[in-house]
Amino acid sequence: MSDLLKVPTMADFMAQGKQPEVLFWVGCAGSFDDRAKKITKAFVKLLNNAGVAFAVLGTEESCTGDPAKRAGNEFLFQMQAATNIEVLNAYEVQKIVTACPHCFNTINNEYPQLGGNYQVMHHTQFLKTLLNEGRLKVEGGKFKGKKITFHDPCYLGRANGEYEAPRDLLRKLEVELVEMKRCKTNGLCCGAGGAQMFKEPEPGSKDINVERTQEAVQTKASIVATGCPFCNTMITDGVKHQEKEAQVQVMDVAEMIANASEL
Amino acid sequence: MEYIPNILFFLLLVAGVGYFTKNIRKVIRNIKLGIPVAINDHKKERYGNVARIALGQSKLLKRPISGALHAIVYLGFIIINIEVLEIIIDGLLGTHRIFAFLGGFYDFLIGTFEILALLVLVSVVLFWTRRNVLKIKRFLSPEMKGWPKQDGNIILYFEVVLMGLFLIMNSSDYALQQMEAAHYIQAGSYPVSSLFVGVFDAMNQSSLIIIERTAWWLHITGILIFLNYLYFSKHLHILLAFPNVYFGAVTPKGQFKNNQAVTAEVKMMMDPSVDPFAAPAPDAPPSAKFGASDVMDLSQIQLLNAYTCTECGRCTSECPANQTGKKLSPRKIMMDTRDRLQEVSKNMDANAGVFVPDGKELLKDYISQEELWACTTCNACVEACPVSIDPLSIIMDMRQYLVMEQSAAPTELNVTMTNIENNGAPWPFNQMDRLNWAKE
Repeated sequence: MSDLLKVPTMADFMAQGKQPEVLFWVGCAGSFDDRAKKITKAFVKLLNNAGVAFAVLGTEESCTGDPAKRAGNEFLFQMQAATNIEVLNAYEVQKIVTACPHCFNTINNEYPQLGGNYQVMHHTQFLKTLLNEGRLKVEGGKFKGKKITFHDPCYLGRANGEYEAPRDLLRKLEVELVEMKRCKTNGLCCGAGGAQMFKEPEPGSKDINVERTQEAVQTKASIVATGCPFCNTMITDGVKHQEKEAQVQVMDVAEMIANASEL
Repeated sequence: MEYIPNILFFLLLVAGVGYFTKNIRKVIRNIKLGIPVAINDHKKERYGNVARIALGQSKLLKRPISGALHAIVYLGFIIINIEVLEIIIDGLLGTHRIFAFLGGFYDFLIGTFEILALLVLVSVVLFWTRRNVLKIKRFLSPEMKGWPKQDGNIILYFEVVLMGLFLIMNSSDYALQQMEAAHYIQAGSYPVSSLFVGVFDAMNQSSLIIIERTAWWLHITGILIFLNYLYFSKHLHILLAFPNVYFGAVTPKGQFKNNQAVTAEVKMMMDPSVDPFAAPAPDAPPSAKFGASDVMDLSQIQLLNAYTCTECGRCTSECPANQTGKKLSPRKIMMDTRDRLQEVSKNMDANAGVFVPDGKELLKDYISQEELWACTTCNACVEACPVSIDPLSIIMDMRQYLVMEQSAAPTELNVTMTNIENNGAPWPFNQMDRLNWAKE
């Protein structure tokens, strides 16, 4: 399978004197986390399939600085931002797509003040444009009629007001979309944001991901769809905690579309 | 002699408004202790927010029961205040129901006030029940013990007394009008107070006048006391909600503010022409403090936020950390900020307007590190606030102080940050392996 993946880098494009249509910002989770790598690959398959001339930065990509900033280390964040902006500006990047809402938020909202101005899209937004342009076909396939709930990543939803792009894609898959009680503007965090992903939670009565997953399980959905590698990890852990792996799957919207088309 | 009531009224009004003005000036002085923020952008959007969120109560109504009750009390407050204008004019000029010349419209106004007063009374009783009888979680948080709980109830008692006096005043006035007592002009309609006018049947005119006058004087005195109570309570939101919503963020919630002091440092570090060993110029300003450990390090908007908070607790009830039993409560962050600011204010009052360091700080003395590190920065609190308060920004500023001034991050986060610094990822993977996934 993987030999079918075409993943050109910005350096490749530059060597040919060309500009890609869009830069795919993979992010740390998408590059290194085993679960998130599958999302990355699914998204690349969709890009390849739609004939999108994209490129990645590859080894020239570095953490956007989101966890550093949210942990209070503004200094480290700005150092990361300065380095990344230098690379992006050197390649004259105009348009960026990423499968991570944290990268999306940081580059879209926090880089402009530091000299990085790009058109940034979350991968669900980008896929929706491809769909609208007729470059991507989204069909129900094996998800048709299945009960699916969508978990809003905070940094896509509340932080940036995007609730519909992922849901529109899911509807295209002809699934039965059921909402959790806390959804959209009232969506409950998975527990990973604000650098919590990288530390143990403070003492409490329950872990946030367990609270969230219980709500997801209550919907009786067979798949919890999301659009963030960190939400994916947290909810997957929550499903395991409740020993519901056999009944509930956690999938990224991009994976579902790729799967439906049997890519 | 005949002007004594007018003079008394004038003195009462001057005292009531004067003391209130003095305290409001103190609020302004205290807010100005914060870092100034220049806001003159997005005017249209900001006025739109004031119209929708503050005047239109759009966010309050997201919770239908408390939202509807609040809308009634709010409407009652605004509309019944037209009556206060008449009372003030009457009090100063010695007239009675000076707006009576409006005729049918006056009847309509007074009738509306009465119905609203009754609705407010009902709402306030329901509010009291919610706070004291029903076990609503957001009113039972640890930060609501003691004074905050009492404060919430005192405000409700004020409303009951004021509405009650208003109706007694109208009812006795109506009885006097029916007796055709001198000075009591036939005006107004009394759909509510006429219902219990029978209580006064057995009374003679002079006792009725005493009741009417007493209710009238107590009502306006009560309003002035309530006005002055605002500063000492959580209730300043009835005034500050409007400017607070105006100054609320108009950028995406995910956009955290850029720390300019740090930008300056980073620029200097990356500038090869800077001499790293140069002594600072003698007139150089002292180096900036990164983040916030006390109220003076916060922005003026954050301090306005603290005075605006009315402790409804919607933020806390939406907070994922709080819902799962962590110590963090965004409402407490706002209450602590205000309490510390008031402490600083008293310190300044006692020291001729200058703050004398008291060895205390907002951080640690009020807000613990445990609370700050429990936040997931999910913005649920910011979204939930009906008056655009941003508790998250205070949490972030304090985290910045902990990390950049004190190196006091939790150990795991220090590891994460070292990884980002060394390999450009929060995990210990080599940056050169970033594209390996494409070949796997």
